[in-house]
Amino acid sequence: MSALLEVKNLSRSFDVSAPWLNRVLERRPRQSLQAVDNVSFSIEPGQTVSLVGESGCGKSTIARLVVGLYGPSSGEIRFARDDFRVQMIFQDPYASLNPRWRVGNIIAEPITTLRLLHDPAAIAQRVSELLQIVGLSPSDGEKYPHEFSGGQRQRISIARALAGEPEFLVCDEPTSALDVSVQAQILNLMKKLQKELGLTYLFISHDLSVVRHMSDEIAVMYLGRIVEMAATEKLFARPLHPYTRLLLETIPDLESPNRERSPMAGEVPSPIDPPTGCAFHPRCPLATERCRRERPEAKPRPDGGRVACFAVGET
Amino acid sequence: MSTAVLEVKHLRVEFPTRRGVLVAVDDVSLAIQPGEILGVVGESGAGKSMTGMAVLGLLEPPGRIAQGEILLAGQRIDNLDEKALQKVRGREIGAIFQDPLTSLNPLFSVGDQLIETIRIHTPIDKKAARSKALNLLKEVGIPAAENRIDHYPHQFSGGMRQRVGIALALCAEPKLIIADEPTTALDVSIQAQIIALLKRLCREHGTAVMLVTHDMGVIAETADRVAVMYAGRIAEIGPVLDVTRRPQHPYTSGLMGSIPSLRHSVETLVQIDGSMPRLDAMPPGCAFHPRCPEAGPRCSRERPAMQHITAACWLHQGGVQA
Repeated sequence: MSALLEVKNLSRSFDVSAPWLNRVLERRPRQSLQAVDNVSFSIEPGQTVSLVGESGCGKSTIARLVVGLYGPSSGEIRFARDDFRVQMIFQDPYASLNPRWRVGNIIAEPITTLRLLHDPAAIAQRVSELLQIVGLSPSDGEKYPHEFSGGQRQRISIARALAGEPEFLVCDEPTSALDVSVQAQILNLMKKLQKELGLTYLFISHDLSVVRHMSDEIAVMYLGRIVEMAATEKLFARPLHPYTRLLLETIPDLESPNRERSPMAGEVPSPIDPPTGCAFHPRCPLATERCRRERPEAKPRPDGGRVACFAVGET
Repeated sequence: MSTAVLEVKHLRVEFPTRRGVLVAVDDVSLAIQPGEILGVVGESGAGKSMTGMAVLGLLEPPGRIAQGEILLAGQRIDNLDEKALQKVRGREIGAIFQDPLTSLNPLFSVGDQLIETIRIHTPIDKKAARSKALNLLKEVGIPAAENRIDHYPHQFSGGMRQRVGIALALCAEPKLIIADEPTTALDVSIQAQIIALLKRLCREHGTAVMLVTHDMGVIAETADRVAVMYAGRIAEIGPVLDVTRRPQHPYTSGLMGSIPSLRHSVETLVQIDGSMPRLDAMPPGCAFHPRCPEAGPRCSRERPAMQHITAACWLHQGGVQA
């Protein structure tokens, strides 16, 4: 089967220089931030691929690049067809819904903008259908966003995304702002919709347990690069990259809480001034001289997927 | 039995509004022993932070303690005036908040803030206070503390700021620390560092902690006992592994089931339908009954109390049918 989305050597940098006058007076050079650095991956139809990592690793930038909210600095993003429809669900359902619009109009907007339906009665019909699909009642279309709880607002965001009849949904931390019991409702809904409508997801999250539950394949990111990518079960069974292992060791595990853990030292370095060589080397227990100098290229994992680390396969 | 560091008895926190009195915390009783970490867990609006704020005497008006008592080492503190309370706060009870960027003063260096706090609570001169502040910063793991002591809060990263927050809470050597979502704003790897630090320091200093958070994982790793709150009340309280492995209250078991597992896959997560009732639309009887899979006629009529068992639910007190 051919991939639905193919991302090749994607990079994106942002100009974070001080204002011109400050640069001149303080003799400072221009500065740029490499948010996404040479990232490649592809997604098959009907699958969920997740990007996971700590803040500043570039996962949300990739989400925005894929839907076209940012343009790439270099590299390419290729969809299976030209008329391919993509929609996005954002993290904060309090910021992503216009507070002055009725929910019905919010959901109808993609339909009218994309000219999917013309007849007002048909649009209204479709809106109430969408509200029911996400577990709200058709009469909720008359209300304003502030009348809903966080979980219900996220349902509205999903209904709005579905209104564009997408094949592909980019979900940027869709449950991070929600309580766990509500998160379970939204995750269940998203899985159900995927099955019923044959959707493909690019799922962004910092929460490894959520990512494990949702994805077929996981890409672990660190400072703009994918350090390891593999099928979910394989990644959890056999994490190879030292960063993946440290991440898996650090998250609190409800089933067997590790009460005497020794957490990994150090913090994520600033992406404005990333370390040389492998960006993870200052925190890595296996780092050698070579890691400080050279940047490891991705090589295949023995059980499928890939990993970018010199130490893997040499031990 | 030694005296509990903190004892909260039948606490009720109310917010009088134009449209009636809202009850944010209702009949909450709990005790924390010296050196113990009590986790208080719940979803937004469950009243967990409000309970912590009531103990600190920091309820935002018009919020007020309407009923109940708060005892610190056997002494009532809920009826103290603001001046007496200020002596207790900081000296006897330390506080750590979610976002240290908002709880630290941006206009003063970290060292000045520590020195000020130390000198308010202990009669020592500026020089001694500075060396104490420096030791505290070293203790919480700030690298190059000699230089960092003169830096301002914005020059620290989130994790480092939270370390400063912990130093600030510990500087008067309080008996009790209220930590309100101390790791929520941090990345997982930093979260683990902060939790380990908090645990180690409290063990070394014998400080008791009330750890307020929404994250069951953090509680499982840190707390000795846990209180699960729902709609302003404690639904279940007990040793942390008992509550996470054998939850007695249907809300707790639903909550545990709704957290995706790191070990095995399930097709669908356990789902508690609906959401927590709003404060102005509290259902009669047990507040959880409209969402409860086990609910019977008794649950919508009468409210289950926390008796000798650890869950406020009719299932364990004569059945839901009666």
